[in-house]
Parts: sequence; C-alpha cells; structure tokens
Amino acid sequence: MPFQAWAVNHALDTDTHTVQLALSTEPPNLNSLTSTDSVSFFVLLHTQEGLLSYGDNDTLVGGVAESWQMDGTQVSFTLRDNARWSDGKPVTAQDFLFAWRTALDRATASNYAFILYPIKNAEKVHRGELPPTALGVYADDDRHLRIELEQPTAYFLSLTTFATYYPLREDFYRKQQGRYAADADKLLYNGAFILSQWTHGASLVMEKNPQYWNAANTKLNSIRIPHITNDANTLFNLFQSSEIAFTELSRETLPQALQQRLYIQSFLNGMLNYMEFNFREESPLRNHALREAISLVIDRQSLVNKVIAAPGTRPTAHFFPAWLPGLAPTANAIPAPDIGRAITALHTAEKELGMQVPPLTLLIYDTPSAVRQAEYLQRVLQQTLGIQLIIDKQIFKQKLAKLNSGDFDLALSAWGPDYNDPMTFADLLVSSNANNHGRYRNEKYDNLVMQAATLPPGAARTDTFAAMQTIIQQDIAVLPLTEPGIIYVQNRQLQNVKRSRFGGDPDFRHAYIDGQHVP
Amino acid sequence: MLNYTLKRMATGLITIWFIASATFLAMHMVPGDPLADDKAVPPEIRAALLEYYGLDQPLSVQYLRFFNNMLHGDFGLSFTQKNRAVNDIIRAHFPVSAMLGCVALLFAAGGAMVWGAFAARFHRRWPDYLVMAIVVASISVPGFVFAALAQIAVLHINQRFGTQFPLAGWGTLQQMLLPALVLGLGTMAYMTRLMRSSMLDVQQAQYIRTARAKGLSPARIFWVHKLRNAVLPVLSTLGPAIAAITTGGFVVETVFAIPGLGRYFVQAVQQLDYTVIMGTTVFYGSFLVLMVLVVDLLYALVDPRIRLQDDR
Amino acid sequence: MDEQTGNLWRDVRHDIAHNPSAMAGFILMLLLVMFCVTGKYVWPVDPAALDLTQISQPPHLGLKTLVIYPHDTQKITAPDNIHSLQLAEPAHTEAVKLVWPINDARSFALYRHTLPPSGLQDLGLPLGILSPTTSSLTLGYVDQLLLENRRYFYSLVSLDNNGKPLGYQTLAVDVAHATPAENLRDIKNIAQTPVYELPAHPFGTDKLGRDLLARLIEGGRTSLFIGFVAPLLYVLFGSLYGAMAGYRGGRIDTAMMAFADFVIALPFLLFVILLRIAFGLGAGDSGIHALLFALLLLSWPNSARLVRAQVLQLRNMAYVDAARLQGASSFYIVWRHMLPNVLPSILVTLSFAVPAAIFTEAFLSFIGLGVVPPASSWGSMCNEGLSTLLTHPHELLFPAAFISLTVLSFNLFGDGLRDALDVQTREARQ
Repeated sequence: MPFQAWAVNHALDTDTHTVQLALSTEPPNLNSLTSTDSVSFFVLLHTQEGLLSYGDNDTLVGGVAESWQMDGTQVSFTLRDNARWSDGKPVTAQDFLFAWRTALDRATASNYAFILYPIKNAEKVHRGELPPTALGVYADDDRHLRIELEQPTAYFLSLTTFATYYPLREDFYRKQQGRYAADADKLLYNGAFILSQWTHGASLVMEKNPQYWNAANTKLNSIRIPHITNDANTLFNLFQSSEIAFTELSRETLPQALQQRLYIQSFLNGMLNYMEFNFREESPLRNHALREAISLVIDRQSLVNKVIAAPGTRPTAHFFPAWLPGLAPTANAIPAPDIGRAITALHTAEKELGMQVPPLTLLIYDTPSAVRQAEYLQRVLQQTLGIQLIIDKQIFKQKLAKLNSGDFDLALSAWGPDYNDPMTFADLLVSSNANNHGRYRNEKYDNLVMQAATLPPGAARTDTFAAMQTIIQQDIAVLPLTEPGIIYVQNRQLQNVKRSRFGGDPDFRHAYIDGQHVP
Repeated sequence: MLNYTLKRMATGLITIWFIASATFLAMHMVPGDPLADDKAVPPEIRAALLEYYGLDQPLSVQYLRFFNNMLHGDFGLSFTQKNRAVNDIIRAHFPVSAMLGCVALLFAAGGAMVWGAFAARFHRRWPDYLVMAIVVASISVPGFVFAALAQIAVLHINQRFGTQFPLAGWGTLQQMLLPALVLGLGTMAYMTRLMRSSMLDVQQAQYIRTARAKGLSPARIFWVHKLRNAVLPVLSTLGPAIAAITTGGFVVETVFAIPGLGRYFVQAVQQLDYTVIMGTTVFYGSFLVLMVLVVDLLYALVDPRIRLQDDR
Repeated sequence: MDEQTGNLWRDVRHDIAHNPSAMAGFILMLLLVMFCVTGKYVWPVDPAALDLTQISQPPHLGLKTLVIYPHDTQKITAPDNIHSLQLAEPAHTEAVKLVWPINDARSFALYRHTLPPSGLQDLGLPLGILSPTTSSLTLGYVDQLLLENRRYFYSLVSLDNNGKPLGYQTLAVDVAHATPAENLRDIKNIAQTPVYELPAHPFGTDKLGRDLLARLIEGGRTSLFIGFVAPLLYVLFGSLYGAMAGYRGGRIDTAMMAFADFVIALPFLLFVILLRIAFGLGAGDSGIHALLFALLLLSWPNSARLVRAQVLQLRNMAYVDAARLQGASSFYIVWRHMLPNVLPSILVTLSFAVPAAIFTEAFLSFIGLGVVPPASSWGSMCNEGLSTLLTHPHELLFPAAFISLTVLSFNLFGDGLRDALDVQTREARQ
C-alpha cells in the first residue's frame, strides 16, 4: 500500500459531498462593504458574487452579469435573469447601485472605498462634495447596469470581482439595523454557498445555495469548518489525522509531509516582500549611496534558501511581480552581493553625510520568519559594513502605528495585489499614497503612474511600467526581496481547488470529491 | 454573619472598580493604533471610526462613558470583529473556558486524591518516590511544551493503532479530555503533594489511633476517618485553583484550537482590540473576585472563628 | 542577630544539609548559575555567529565537510550528451545542479522528495515549473533550498501544452555536506584541504546555524536574570511595604493592606500581558525591563502580606518592647529584630518565586511577547524549537530541559527550606 490510510475520513465525505477545512481566524467582518482581510474574503468568495468573477488562469468570467461591454469610459452590464438572492428574489441592478453608494457613504467607513474611485464622481461623493445620486452608475432597469468612468481605466472589469463591488439588497440591509453580517442569519447570499451556521470563534458551515444560478455546477454540498486556529503544527496534525482536507505547510512541517507521502502543491500568492527605507527629513537613508551599500550586501539567495527557507518562495529584484499582466518579459536576474562595491558606496555615503553611519532601526512584525530575517540582516550589515542594526520587533498594530508615523529607518513590509493589473503595485510608491510609509518621492515616477492609469493595454502602457521599474531600481526607492510562496497539502480525493491571488483564496466553488481516487 | 457578608460584598465592589480603572489606565498607555490596517486607512474614514468608538472624546469622558456602560453591563463593540458586541464574545467564549476549567479541575482533584493517598499509603517506599517524582517533573515542564508533546503523542497513537482520538477542536467530550488533562496537570501535582502530606498528618492523629484501638476495620478507618479528614485542607485550595485554571487556559486553548476566552484575549492583544481587552480583563477580574468571595463566605459559614476575627 | 534567631538559622542549615533532595536542589542551582555565569569562558563560541551551512544541525562533535568555492554555486555548465535528468556536478548542501535534455515537452515540473516516489501524485515538494526559453538543447536548475546531508529523490515531469503530465523520471542524489571556502577564511592552506572537519556543536545548532550551547549559556543569563531579579525586587518591595504596614498598624495598616488586596485581585496573566504591551518597546529594547516592571507591579502583595503577618506577631514580643523602651528607632527595630525572624519565610517565598518568574517569561515568549532579538532566553528558544519538535527535537529539548532543571532545583530547595522551617518553628513553639 503506497499511502497510509486510516479507518474513517472525516476530512471528506464522498456520499454527502462534504469537505472539512480549518480557518486561521474567525472571519472578522463579513460585511462586503467594509471587510479588508483575507479570511473574510475567503468566506465572501463562496457566499457572494459580483458582476464578474475569476475563472481559470485569472480570466474574467460572468458572475451576476451574463454579458458586458466596455468602451472608453462607458461600461454596461446585462445581469442574468436567474441570478437570485438566497431568499429567492432576483439580484437587480439596483442592488449594485445601493451597495456602491453605501460603500461611498462616509458613515460606512469603508477602508476600500477608494477601489470604487474609477467610477465617475465616486471620489467626490465619498468626500461629501457631491450627493450620492451624482455617482456615475445607472440602473436602467432591473437587468441593465450602466457605469460611467472618470477616465478610461483598463483594469476596471477586474475590479468588479472585488468584495466592495458585491451587490447588497437595500431592504434586507436596512432591516438589520446596523447589525448586517453580524451573524449567519443577518446575511443575504447570492453566491454558490450560504453560511448556514456560524458559531463565533469556533466553527462555520457553508452549504450549497439552491438559489444560485450556477448551482448545477456546484459539486460540493457543504464546506464544514470545525476548526479555527493559526497554529501551524496543530493544523498539520489535524490534516494528518484526516480531520481536514486542506492545509498550508510551513518549513517546519514540510519534512513530515514528505515522510508521510502527502500530496504537496505550491503556489505564488502574488505578494511582494520588500524593505522600506525612510526618506523623511534627517533620515540617513535619504542618502542614495547608503541605500546602495545596504542593497549590495544582501544576498537574496541565502535569504530565500536558508533564512526564510519557506519552499515556494522566490528571490526577486523586481518591484513588479512577473505574473502581472501587461509587463514586458524580462529576466529576473538576482544580483549576487558585491561587498567591494558596497564598501565603496558606504565610504561615499559617509563622506556625503559627513559622519559615520549611525545605528539603524529595522522595524518588523513579531513573526518567527521576520525575526529570523532581521537577525540575519543584523549580522550581515554588521560584518560587511560595520553598520549596527537595531531590531524593533512590534506586534501588528504597534508596527503599523510606527510605520505610519515614520518611526523607523528600515522596515520589512509586504504588499498584496487587490486586482489583476500592475497599477495595484505601481500606486504604492506614489508620493501621496499613505502606504508609501517611507515617503519616497519622485515626480517623474508620479507622472508615469498618472499616465499608466489612463493608457489602454498595449505597448505604450508596458513601456511605462518598465520605466517605473527602472526608476525604482535606480533610486533604490524600496528593496524588493522575495515573492512569498505557499506550499500546501490537499487530500488526494479533493479535486479542482483553485488558488487565487486576489480576493478570496483558496477557491472551493468548483471543487469536487473524486471517490474513485485512491486516498 | 450578615454584617460580614455585606462588608465583604462592598469590598468586592470596590475591588472591581479598582480592576476596571487599572485596566482602563493600562489600556490607554498602550502605544500603537488600534484602527490601523494592513492597507492605510484614509483620514476621513479614520475620523469616522474614532467617532464610532468614542475615541475622539477626551480621556476623562471616555473613562466616565466606559464606567457608565460597565455599570449597565455593556463593554461596547469589538474593534476587530466588526459588529460584534464584547458581551456576545464573552458570552460565547467564557462558557468554553469555564467548562474546560471544570473538567480540568475534576481531573486535578480526583487525580490528586488517588495519587496523594496512594503515595502516603506507601510512605518512603518506591511507589511514594515514583509519584513524587512524577509530581515534581510535571510542575517543571513549561505548559506549552507539555501541551505540544501531548498532542503529538496522541497523533502517534492514532497513526499506529488506527484510533481516532481528536487532536484539537471543541464540541465533543472526547475533544475535551486531552486539553483538560494537560490543563489540570499542574494543579493536580500541587494538590497531590498537599493530599500526601495531609494524609501523613492524619495518620499520626490521635483519633486514628483511637479508632484503631476501638478495633474498627482498616477499610472503614481509611475511608471514613483518614480520607475524609485529609481531603478537607485539599479542598480549601480549590478557590485559588479555579482562578489558576481559568486564566491558565491561554496555552492549552491555543495549542488545541479551543474557542475559549483565553485564546480570544491573546488574539485581541495582538490586534490591540481595546474594547475586547478591557471587557475580558474586567470580566475575569470580577469573576475571580466573586469566586474568592463565595469561597470565603462558605468558609465563614463553616468556621465561625473567621467571622469573629474579622468583626473584632 | 539575637541568639534565638541565630539558633534558628543554624538548625535550618543543619536540616537542609541532611535533606538529600534539598541538597541536590541546592547543588543543581549552583551548577546552573555557574553554567550561565562562567559558561562563556569555558565554551567561548560566539552565540550570535550565523552559519548558514549548518542550519538545525543535530548535535555533533566534528562534522566532515567538503570545501567549495562560491563562484561555483549559481552557474551550470551542462556536460555533453545528456539523455536524461542528471547532475551537472557532484551534489553538496550548497547546491544541487540538475540538467536534462529538452524533448518535445513544452515545460517541465521539478520535484524533490525524501522518499522514493511512488507515483505522479507522490513526487514530493514542487521546486518549480521551467520552460525552455532559448534554443539551447538542455535545461538546468540549481536547488539550494535548505539542503541536508542526506539522499534526495529529484523527479522531472514533462508537461504538454495544457500543462498535462506526459511522464516523469526520478534521480536519486546523495548530498554531501559542504562549506564555502570563504566561511573558513581562518584556515590556512585551504586549497590543500578539500575535506575539513568543522568544529563541534555538542548541543547542535538552531534555525540560523548558531551554536545551541553558546545560545543556551547566553539565553540562560536572561532567564536567570529575570528569574532572580524580578522576585528579588518584588519580594524586597513587598517586604518593606508589609513591614511598614504591620509596624505602623491601625488605619495606615488597614489602608495599605486594602490596596495590596486590590492588586492581588488583578488577574495575573492578563495583566502581565497588558502591562507588557502597555510599556511598549523602543527600538533595540530587549523587553526584559518591561517584563521586570510588570512582574514587580503585580507580584509584590503576597510577600507584603506574609511579612506583615509576621511583624504583627513580633511587634508585641517582650524583646521588641524592651528595645523600644531603650529608645531604639523604628527602623532599627525592624532591621535588627524583626527582619532576621522574617527572613527565612521570605527566602521560601523567593525560592518559589524564581521558577514562577522563569515560567512567566517562557509563557510570554510562547504568545510572541518575549524578549526581542538579539537577546534570547530559554523561553524564547523553547518557542522557536517548538515548531521543529519532530524533525529537529534538539532545538526544543535542550532549552526545555534547562528550564525544567532550574524549576526543579528551586522547588526541591524551597521544599527543603520550608520543611526545615516548619520543623524549627514547631519545635521553637513547644
């Protein structure tokens, strides 16, 4: 017998088409207008549906919309007549209009309201400068939705898959009196599944939504989530004893997964890990030569293979991850460290600064991997450049507060894409972007981003992104380090689970259980 | 007695006020931004959120509001679990911790009586040394190490023998056993020691000699005279033990993925969820004060000396 | 010290010397303190020195390694006439270089396993998908991911246009331990020594290849520092507070003890966590001081109660009255007459407080609020080692064993001390 088999499999039930999973935390917020985190997005992907949705290979397929047209600033959608809410009523164009207006209402305090900004007047409505009725969205009738854009926006269609763009039905939303999405019965569903049970902090059950227009193609009858924990060892132990059908691996659990001959897959989650520099007044890192010296001593290969050593993770020298559409294919050559040049750069820096390089603070989260990277960088900078690195390890919100107030010299950060276009990265380094914690500022770069926003897909746009990449590299605006990968184990009978870089992940909407397969 | 009870209750209330104030003070010393998120929060949304949580008010107003709400039994809305009241969180998760604690305590007390009596019975012979060695060993291992080892041990048993003992989670009695055992171990060790020395004391006592002289059967002497008398001092430590076990659940709840209040608190701290941290701390503090009060009152009922001493 | 307390001390010492478990605890305590204090002179290895060639290495007393040159590691030169998946050069832990011919497949998926694969769904860890880009006849891949000194099974799957597998081949590779020559700069004539024996790591190494023994010595200093200093501080403060309250008596006593009762009522662990984040950590702050302060703020009342009770008892003793009549100051009376009597019970409190403080530090490490690197402690090392419990048990077992031994020694000693005191006080009363 090639694989170890156990008596009963809780993880999958072939007869009832049930799969069991675990979540890392309780979904913090299932109100699609205001949710911001990956766990909530995961649940929402299964229970709600926007106008469009991602199919295979990140192609856009119809969701609530059966057809759509984009022509410059005019976008129109025709909704399916069999798209229904879980109470049987049809999903109408009005439901989208209501959702978007509500998201732009400042009282809603939606963190992602900006994602609606390509729509005409959205920003002004959000600022309260125009009434909600001025929003460039028109529900011509129940099945026809027309949208006017502020300016041509190449990636607008991919935005409509995002949670903030999900429809919301006014009468139901109002009936909950501010408690919308607080419990399973305070939500209305239009996706492939409904949340049938939600015991806070303990378990969730999603069941197939019979009202869903594509219910015929939903193979799973229910997705049970009996465990909520972020302890990697516990999760792996649960998988090993067949209590869950799917879980992510860590560098520590991988050797056991191999010994057990588990089915291992890997996936680049689309994010970028990079080092931020503080460009504020009086920060020594405003000095280009100093940034150059630091960038020259960091060995990304060692960092990825030995220090982070999370299989699937790749070293990168590019700010734009290669999977993004509309980029020129370039070889991502990983520069080897060059100590000699680094020391020359350091001397230049010290001459320009008129002083020895003071001890630098590296701001990190309190994750084991971040701590290892920081300890490695500390040692490398000390040994090669004689720069003393002070590790500032902070819990989540305290690190964010320090990042936002500029209380750091260097910081290890990560950025994840919101939609399928390089703009989701390019925006990050615009001088006015609040996520540009180091306050990097280059007018040429800002202009390029403004240009790219309105350009149609094509060679001109591709060149613009290439020009941005060159500026980032020349300025050493940030130091791209790695593209984090995920390795995970999946029960061999569970098929067609899709991984996705945006919105909800993993995607079980089209998953099925292959009873024939030898477990 | 009524006088004593009233006095103790008044002290209890003042203590709860102190706990609440200390929590409020500590919470507002915490640096960091509870409203910050992975992706920057625009200033206008920030302002709306500050207003929503009442953080735009001066500290004194916030304190009075917090107190006023607390008196109405309302700890406000969670920062991370949008739309969820802290009360709901406590109501959902505290019973889990309490249940786990009760089972753990049962393990601890039951185990302690058996092992303590056993060790005392074989005083200064190898069973005694063995039990004491296990006792000492089990209070010397950090809780999280022991919990992780226990989980892996069960995993190996499952894989070797095809059994299906659950490794984590909550809901069934089976799932409760392992974490309760791990949680109760420290208390069991402590109580075993107490039980053993208490048994040894009793064995020397005059009335046992009398009972023996009267020709009572050894079984009767053991059950009626020795055990009953030896158990009393052990039971007197139950009050503090409840406190130790209910708040000691952090580790066990984390390792065994149990949705208890302890784990929730740790997560809230990581997320700087002000209202949940304050609500949980005040709730736990009040709970402990209540437990101590109940234990003390029961004591006073049993032992009039305490009342007298206090009334003096 | 008056005669009575002098006798008490002598008798306690005598009792402990004749209590084997208390003596064992005492000796163990001394050994542990010696380990941390003098350890770095006996084992002068830099606890912060990284060695990325020896990550999570189990304990060894000298490891044979192949000396290699860094310019070799990235580049692949394919040998002529390749017919199947094969090595471009001998494999070692710094790099495994694989090459294979390009046949009609559109792309290739490369996997690495630690067991011989048994089928397409059991090829192990996916390393990547590679597509031929140039007109070259071969493709290559350099695997450097956390290689250990063991046998690996590399499998190459040929994929068609749709990414469907056409078939796979497997290559077993024995990987030898290797070290880049630049890491061994201090060794002379390195060119003449292709094989070199690395210095011993008797307790193995951690996830960054640091010597575990040196880290245990270093971390032990933190753990014992917290273990000793925190209790010393709060027992000292508590004792003074209690002595003051007990000596003054009356309303002051009532008020002071009421406050102590309030502080006792604070849920301990919750407040330790709360205070630990409330104090915040500046850059470069190890977090030790925040923890000490939190422990001090929360833990003093128990010793205050204890000392107060004793002082109340002693206050009315004849010899204290006599001293007072002779015009001795209150401070003198407390210092000269009361403290020596209270000291033994303070010592008992201390001996149980040390393990409690060490446990608290370990617990905070577990929930991610422990000391900040480069500082380390046994607790934080335990937490780091926890995740690799099954694959590299030495990373957890050693620090856990040190914590356990420390706790054990203090408990044994404390028990002995308490028993001795019980006996002596009982005898004194009779």
